[in-house]
Amino acid sequence: MRVTIITFPGSNCDRDVSVAIKKITGKNPSNIWHQENEVPNCDLIILPGGFSYGDYLRCGAVAAHSPVMKEVKNHAARGGAVLGICNGFQILLEAKLLEGALIRNSGLKFVCKQVALKINKQINSPFLHHFKQNDIIHLPIAHNEGNYFADSETLKKIEDKGLVALRYHTSSDGNSFNPNGSINNIAAILSDNGKVLGMMPHPERYVDNELGGLDGFEFLKSTLEQLS
Amino acid sequence: MSNLREGLSTFEIAEELGLKKDEYEQICSLMGRIPNIHEISIFSAMWSEHCSYKSSRKWLKTLPTKGEVVIHGPGENAGAIDIGDGKVAIFKIESHNHPSFIEPYQGAATGVGGILRDVFTMGARPVALLNALRFGSIENNKTKYLLEGVVSGIGGYGNCIGIPTIGGETNFDKSYDGNILVNAMAIGITEKDKIFLSAARGVGYPLIYVGAKTGRDGIHGASMSSTEFDDKTEEKRPTVQVGDPFTGKLLMEACLELMTTDSVVAIQDMGAAGLTSSAVEMGSKGKLGVKLDLDLVPLREENMSTAEIMLSESQERMLMIIKPDKMDKANSIFKKWNLDIAKIGEITNSQNLEIYKNNILDAQIPITYLVDQAPEYDRDWTTPEKAPELQIKNAPIKSVSKVIEKLFNSHNLCSRNWIWEQYDTSVMGDTVIPPGQNSGVIRVHGTNKKLCASVDCTPRYVSADPFLGSMQAVCEAYRNIISVGGTPLAITNNLNFGNPEKKEIMGQIVHSIKGISEASLKLNMPVISGNVSLYNETNGKAILPTPVIGAVGAIDENKHSTSLSNAVDGNSIFVIGQDNSHTDGWVGQSIYAQEILDIEKDYAPPPVNIDAELANGNFILKAIEQKLTNCVHDISDGGLAIAISEILLSSRTKGIGAVINKNYIHNSESFWFGEDQGRYLVCTSKNKEIEELAESNKIKITNIATINLSDRLTFSNEDYICISELDVKHKNWFKNFMS
Repeated sequence: MRVTIITFPGSNCDRDVSVAIKKITGKNPSNIWHQENEVPNCDLIILPGGFSYGDYLRCGAVAAHSPVMKEVKNHAARGGAVLGICNGFQILLEAKLLEGALIRNSGLKFVCKQVALKINKQINSPFLHHFKQNDIIHLPIAHNEGNYFADSETLKKIEDKGLVALRYHTSSDGNSFNPNGSINNIAAILSDNGKVLGMMPHPERYVDNELGGLDGFEFLKSTLEQLS
Repeated sequence: MSNLREGLSTFEIAEELGLKKDEYEQICSLMGRIPNIHEISIFSAMWSEHCSYKSSRKWLKTLPTKGEVVIHGPGENAGAIDIGDGKVAIFKIESHNHPSFIEPYQGAATGVGGILRDVFTMGARPVALLNALRFGSIENNKTKYLLEGVVSGIGGYGNCIGIPTIGGETNFDKSYDGNILVNAMAIGITEKDKIFLSAARGVGYPLIYVGAKTGRDGIHGASMSSTEFDDKTEEKRPTVQVGDPFTGKLLMEACLELMTTDSVVAIQDMGAAGLTSSAVEMGSKGKLGVKLDLDLVPLREENMSTAEIMLSESQERMLMIIKPDKMDKANSIFKKWNLDIAKIGEITNSQNLEIYKNNILDAQIPITYLVDQAPEYDRDWTTPEKAPELQIKNAPIKSVSKVIEKLFNSHNLCSRNWIWEQYDTSVMGDTVIPPGQNSGVIRVHGTNKKLCASVDCTPRYVSADPFLGSMQAVCEAYRNIISVGGTPLAITNNLNFGNPEKKEIMGQIVHSIKGISEASLKLNMPVISGNVSLYNETNGKAILPTPVIGAVGAIDENKHSTSLSNAVDGNSIFVIGQDNSHTDGWVGQSIYAQEILDIEKDYAPPPVNIDAELANGNFILKAIEQKLTNCVHDISDGGLAIAISEILLSSRTKGIGAVINKNYIHNSESFWFGEDQGRYLVCTSKNKEIEELAESNKIKITNIATINLSDRLTFSNEDYICISELDVKHKNWFKNFMS
C-alpha cells in the first residue's frame, strides 16, 4: 500500500493524515511538496485539509495550479485513486477533477463540529466498498467554505450517476443537520469512475476512540485495503 | 557623535509620543544631550507601560516564579516547564485588548498571531490555543459587533494556521463597554535540549530579518496600548496591525525547519514596538550592541521614515542571529517558504543600539538606557476596603428548577457553543477534550501523555476583594486541571486593570498580585510567564479588575483521566469538600445574588481556604487514580444546583436525569446556589470505596443525588426540570442573542 500526501503552502492537516495512515498501515506515506514535478508511483494520492495559499482568490484556486497538480491529474487519468479532504476537496474542484463548487457556509461562519453522515453507495468505489447503503458514520467537519453547489444540470447529472458519496444526516437529536447549506445535503462526491473522492469531513481526525471515534479509521482502512 | 543626524527633539514632541515631563528630562540627563527625534521615538516605545511594565514591575518581581518543573520563568518570550520524558511545554497568555476594541477582527487575529510567535520563537511547535474574553453589557449595541468580530478574528487566525483552540471563557459586564478584553494563550511543545532564546551572542554575527515585509501598520501600537480611551478612540484605527495567518503559517514552518539545522544563535519575534523592541531585547539580554542598517529592511511601502520602520508593528516578522556559515542554509529554507530574508545588521560589542539610514547615523543609544534605566514606579496605592458579608434570610426555596432554568437561559451560564464551533478544535489530531468542559485536554503528540489547560477569572470577586478574588482565580484554574485528572504544574497570568496612576486601581493591582502569589505558592503552580494590560479605562471609568489565570497540567502516560460527559445511569453524585452539616451557602457575589436577588452592591466574595483546596484536590486525584470515578466537575459559577445540571447537560447518555437525595430536597437557596469554594462533584458507582477514601483522608463528603434515565433533574415531586428541554435552551441562548 503506497500513499502519497501532497503538502501545499498553508496545508495544515498533512501531518494529521500522515499520522493516521501510519497508524493504519504501519508504514509512513510519502510526503510531496507542491512544487515537485513527479509523484512516486502509488495507490492513493491524498490532498489534505488546510488553507492552501491562505484561501487567496478562492479556496484551492491557486493550489490547483501548483506544478504537482499536473501529476495528480495524470494519476487520476490513469485510473489512480485520489482523496481530497476539506481544502483538498476544494482543490479537486478547482482542478476540475470533480464537478461543482464549494462556497461560503450558509451561516457565514467557520463551523467545527461532529456531524452524522449517511453513506450513499450507488456506484462501485474503493472508498465506499466497506459500507452499506444508508450506513451512518460520524466525523468532524471544520470549514468556512463547505457549502456544495452545482447548477441544476450538473447536479442532476451527479445525482443520476449516483456520484454523491456522503450526505449530512439528521441525527436523532436533530443537531447535525446540514451544517453549511450544501445543496441536497452533499458532503462528499465521487468522480464518474468512483476513484476520485472529495469530502468535507475529516476522517483522519477520528482514528482513535479517545479523539472522538473510529469511523475515520474504518473509512481509511477499508479504502486502503481496497486499493492495495 | 558629530555625524548623528540632526533634528533635535522637544518636550512637546516627546509628550505627543506619550512621555511625561520628568521622563523626558531623565532621558536628556541620561543621554547627556538632547536626543534627536528618532531617538526619542525609540525611548517613547521602550519606556511605554506596554514594553517597560513601569507601573507593575516592582510588584511583578514578587510573584513566585521558581519551582521544580520551571525551566524558564518570566523574562523570555514565554515560560517553559519540564513535563517529563525530555519534553517541555512552553506557554504564555497575552492581551490584545486595546486593538480589539478599535478593530475587533484584526485586533483579535493579531493577538493570536502574536502569542503563537512567542511560543514558536522558543523552538516549540504550538499545539493548543485558549482565550479569555470579556465584553460589555448584552444590552449595549456594540457588544454583538465586537463579539462577532473578535470570535471570527480568533478563528480566522487559529483555524488557518492550524492550531486547535481547546478552551476559554467569555463573560459580559457593563464595565467592559468601552474596553473589551481579549486575552489569548498558546501552548507549545519541544524537547528539553531544543529551546531557543533571544539573548544576542557572537560579536560580528549577522542579524537576520525574516518573514513579512514592513509596512506602516501598527505604528505606535505599544504607546496606544498604554493610554486610556476617550471618545476619539476611532481615530486610532490606523494603529491596529493587520494579520496574515497564511504568512504566519509559512513563517512558523520556516523557523521550525531552520531550527533543526543548528543555524540559529538567537531569535526574537517582532511584536509590540516592532524592530525596536526585538533588537533592544536581544542586545540587552546578551549585553551586546546591535547595529542596524534600515536600508536593508524589506519594506512594503515607499519612503518610510526611520521611526516608521523602527516602530512598525507589521505582523509575521522575526529577528534572528544566525551562524555566519549557515546563511546559505537559511536562505534556501526561507526561499522555499517564499518569505523575505535579509541581513539588516550585526551584533557589536558596543552595547549601543546604532541605527543607520542612507549611511547616516540616525540614532545611537546605550541599550541599558532603554531597558535597565527605564522608569520603575512605586505608585501610590490604597488598601481596598473590606466588603461586608451579605446576609440573606435563608428560607427553604420554593423552586430550585425555575432558578436553574433562568440562569442557563441567560448570558451568564448558557453554553458558549456559538463561539467555540467557530474555532477548529480538532486539527492536529490530538484533542481529547475540546472546549466546554473543565479543562481542554490534548495528547502530547506521539506519546500517551496528555496536557490539560484552563483559563479562569471571576472579576466580580476580584472587584469586591482583589486579594481573595485573585487567589480564587488561581484556585479555580487548579480545580479545573484537577477535574480532568491532571497534575497542576504552572500558571501564566494576564493582569487586566484600569489606570495605575489612580491609587485605588494600583491598590487592586498590588493586592491582586499578592493574592496570586499566595495561591500559586501554596498550590505549587509557579507563574512562568504573563502579561500586564493597564489603562483599560474609557472616559475615566475602569473595567472590573480582571487577572486572568491560565493553568497547565499534565496527565501521565496510562493514567486514568476523566470527562464531564461520562456520567451514567446508576451513578451516585457526591459533593467533595462539603458534608451533611452544610446547610447555608455563601451568596455574596454569587450569580444568584446578581441575577435573582438583583444585588449590585459590593458584598464580600466567598472565602478561600487554600489548605482545604489542596487537600480536596489531592483527594480527587487519588479517587481518579484508583478509578473510583470517571466524571468529576468543579463547583463554580452558580453553585451546587448548576454544577449538578452541567453534569447532566454534558453527558453522552441519552435521557439522563438525576434525583436529589431526600435529605436535601428542602434546602435553602443559598445551599443550592451559594458559591462556596474548594468543592467538586464526583460521579461514581463505588459509593463505599469513595466514602472510605474520603474518611481516611479526612475529606468532607456527602451523597447528593442519584443518576437515572428520567430525563429530569428532580428535587421533589413538584420541583423538577426536564434536561432535554433545558439542553435546548442552554445551547440556543447564544445563537438567538447573536442572530
